[in-house]
Amino acid sequence: MVAQNIAFGILAAIMVVGALRVVSTNNIVHAALWLVTVLAGGAGQFLLLGQEFVAWVQVIVYIGAVIVLFLFAIMLTHAPMHPTGKLNNDMRLWSVVPAVLLAATLAWVLIAEWGNDKIHLLRPVRTAEVGTVVFRAYLVPFEVVGVLLLGALIGAVVLARKD
Amino acid sequence: MALNQFLLLAAFLFAVGAYGVITRRHTVLVLASVELMLTAVNLNLVAFGAFNNDPVGQVFALFVLTIAAAEVGVGLAIVLLIYRNLRSSDPDDVDVLKG
Repeated sequence: MVAQNIAFGILAAIMVVGALRVVSTNNIVHAALWLVTVLAGGAGQFLLLGQEFVAWVQVIVYIGAVIVLFLFAIMLTHAPMHPTGKLNNDMRLWSVVPAVLLAATLAWVLIAEWGNDKIHLLRPVRTAEVGTVVFRAYLVPFEVVGVLLLGALIGAVVLARKD
Repeated sequence: MALNQFLLLAAFLFAVGAYGVITRRHTVLVLASVELMLTAVNLNLVAFGAFNNDPVGQVFALFVLTIAAAEVGVGLAIVLLIYRNLRSSDPDDVDVLKG
């Protein structure tokens, strides 16, 4: 238990620093790479919770595919636009207020509602159990998501191609 | 491990993502901030799944991941289209609907 809490603390520190850098750095490529550290920390947290399938899917889909898409979009749109300019707008100080209020409200509710609950991990969740749940209870949503993904793919191609 | 440590971390990530959505001046970075918020949601789902010893938390996290991938694909295509038409990637410049 102590080792798990130490691992949580290290991963959480990495994620907090990474998240703050994602929204504050003035180098757009660095922001995308800091997002990688946050997502990798998230995958580590999933592993810590014994949910390994979603952890590896996070690594493959987010870090492998989504970040590459981000970097492509940056290279296709960035080059002449903000060579040295600030990447945050003039509201960057005032915007801290709603963000802090949001975090404080969420923390208040969470502490009031789940202040004393502990996670007792019996064993890691096997991928076979996840597959059973997906293909028994959630078969229709799974198929709908597949069709949605196809629609999004075709839509992205139609939007981005040059006529 | 307390359940709350994961939930509070997720709440912090969500708030940071919301801050990024408000302040970032590049549309790609706004989408990156949205990804931060979605990661926070996934962390919540997985933490509750582990808390209840139920694989359904993972299933819902997988659905969120899939929708996030679709959202990023379409979102970045729209960003490219806006850049091609307006020569700008600042969301504040997309104000052609303003009177």
